[in-house]
Amino acid sequence: MKIAVLVKQVPGGDSPLRISDDQLWVIEDNVNFITNESDAYAVEEALQLREKSGEGEVVAVSFGPERTQRTIREALSKGADRGIHIEDSYPYSSDPLKIATALSEALKEEQFDLILSGLQSDDYGFGQVGVLLGETLGMTTATLVMSTELSDGSLKVKRELESGWFQWVSLSLPASISIQSGINTPRYPSLKGIMGAKKKEIKSVAPDSATAAAQAISRVYIPQKTKKTEMIEGTADQQVKRLAEVLKKEIRVV
Amino acid sequence: MSILIVIEESNGAVHRMSREAVVAGQALGRDFDLPVSAVLLGHDTSDLCQSLDSTQLHEILQADHPLLGSYSSDGFSRALAQVIESESPRYVIAGHTYMVRDFFPRVSAKLNIPFLADNIAYRVEGGALTLTKQILAAKLVADVAPAGDGPCIISFQSAAFQEEDVAEGSEATARQVSISLEDGSIRTTSEEPFQEAASAVDLSSAEVIVSVGRGIGKEENLPLAQELAAAMGAELAASRPVVDSGWLEGYHQIGSSGQTVAPKLYFALGISGAIQHVVGMKGSKNIVLINKDPDAPLFELADYGVVGDLLEIVPKLKKALQA
Ligand SMILES: Cc1cc2nc3c(=O)[nH]c(=O)nc-3n(C[C@H](O)[C@H](O)[C@H](O)COP(=O)(O)OP(=O)(O)OC[C@H]3O[C@@H](n4cnc5c(N)ncnc54)[C@H](O)[C@@H]3O)c2cc1C
Ligand SMILES: Nc1ncnc2c1ncn2[C@@H]1O[C@H](COP(=O)(O)O)[C@@H](O)[C@H]1O
Repeated sequence: MKIAVLVKQVPGGDSPLRISDDQLWVIEDNVNFITNESDAYAVEEALQLREKSGEGEVVAVSFGPERTQRTIREALSKGADRGIHIEDSYPYSSDPLKIATALSEALKEEQFDLILSGLQSDDYGFGQVGVLLGETLGMTTATLVMSTELSDGSLKVKRELESGWFQWVSLSLPASISIQSGINTPRYPSLKGIMGAKKKEIKSVAPDSATAAAQAISRVYIPQKTKKTEMIEGTADQQVKRLAEVLKKEIRVV
Repeated sequence: MSILIVIEESNGAVHRMSREAVVAGQALGRDFDLPVSAVLLGHDTSDLCQSLDSTQLHEILQADHPLLGSYSSDGFSRALAQVIESESPRYVIAGHTYMVRDFFPRVSAKLNIPFLADNIAYRVEGGALTLTKQILAAKLVADVAPAGDGPCIISFQSAAFQEEDVAEGSEATARQVSISLEDGSIRTTSEEPFQEAASAVDLSSAEVIVSVGRGIGKEENLPLAQELAAAMGAELAASRPVVDSGWLEGYHQIGSSGQTVAPKLYFALGISGAIQHVVGMKGSKNIVLINKDPDAPLFELADYGVVGDLLEIVPKLKKALQA
């Protein structure tokens, strides 16, 4: 079983977000970049699938600027076998079709049985790169995956539907599936894993620059506030006093 | 050229978000002076077609095929791609539902046309369309535009448009569009949808809800929220990461993949306000939020906001309420 897992590097939730001068992205200086949340679950699922089948290989793949190597390295330290880095000189490609095309160019020779991706990136949130890639490579696809079962070359996944419903779907391989967060408990890299990762190969590939963008972000800005929220100011004690008053006398729930 | 709205079925009726998409499509139709039609993918969709009877539409296209009787990504993506090729619409519009997430990207890749997903608004300037979407956990928004002027696929986030605003009109003409799907073109099989173990608490009837987000930090801090809930006679709820981490059972989850609630008070602790959470609680009569980040998007929805550390404020508040 040859498994690819797509990992994207995104700004961590606690990072200060100041808009860059060209108004197309954020100033990266104080941004703490991390592995996209659902991708971390996808990495874990890929490792578990390989461990259960007792053979095969997990390849961590990312498209992005040089700093992206750290995210690939993190997957390697958890147990992925090797990495592929498609180096993007422009640090914030905002066209999912272009990203998927670059990924498919780099991966098509590899003949993966299974591609795992996150459901959605926490920066742009297109919710489509894994599916685009699957279609481009002629694979079956499924999204919102909350469980996987692999037996005799066929894959069964539990998909999340709206409002707490689920559905099992069987797919023929090769398949590209998008993992929903919560599917498993992602492991932490061990010290041995971290040391071992240094020796693992990360292949660098240049993207095919010929593809034109099909969509692009033209401006990034701070959302306008419209609602008048009563902000309760002061020290913690003053805030608590006013909050208790609100709950008792204004909303009247206590 | 036209605007084509993809209608999704939900429990035998038109999905709420498809009705919102109709509103978006009708507005775009007025702005671009284009006829607005709907397309139904499925088998025997006449009932669904009839339920659009009084909706102001140019045509209702029925892309009917026995292999589309139940949803599959293979079948629906092929069918929609064929409809787009034969009808050449300018814009294909849908609600950003879980089904749309599942198969729309395939259509984009098949036809090499852009899928502009999950937008909250649009505007037209000098004849050009610009869409607006939330990025970076709704802390920022971005204007996005399709390149070129070929067909493009667009989805709108829940509540970007109000379903009450659907323009009514006289009967639209229904028309069959032929779909060709060979045997074996659907490479998946789906079982019946099911729900996990029924919820132990019915949050939808709760008067007061204390809801915990990732800001609670770790499982050991959960009692802080539980004790506050007890002091207020409230039910306990949570955002997805708290459930994902295994700190609370799934039935506590509020949001698009959890429960929808509308209590008298929704007291959010350390929740940021992602749309998938917000759709489950925005109908609450009063919303109070404690969050250490003054820019947390949920403050926009809150009636009362406290910028601060919940680990410090919650225990003090519990005491104050018990005093
Ligand atoms: C298809 C799909 C379906 C989804 N379904 C759901 C769903 O049903 N329900 C749901 O909730 N989510 C759902 N999500 C996830 C959703 O997008 C968000 O990731 C999630 O709601 C974020 O939860 P949160 O606000 O608790 O965490 P975060 O976004 O991480 O926010 C934590 C907040 O806590 C604050 N904080 C941290 N420490 C403290 C402190 N000490 N005191 C006070 N504040 C603090 C931070 O400032 C931050 O604002 C779904 C996502 C997808 C893609
Ligand atoms: N630049 C990228 N490099 C690697 N994987 C990516 C990249 N962009 C998107 N992905 C994968 O596709 C998923 C969906 O991303 P998106 O379509 O941007 O919401 C992510 O969770 C990743 O697994």
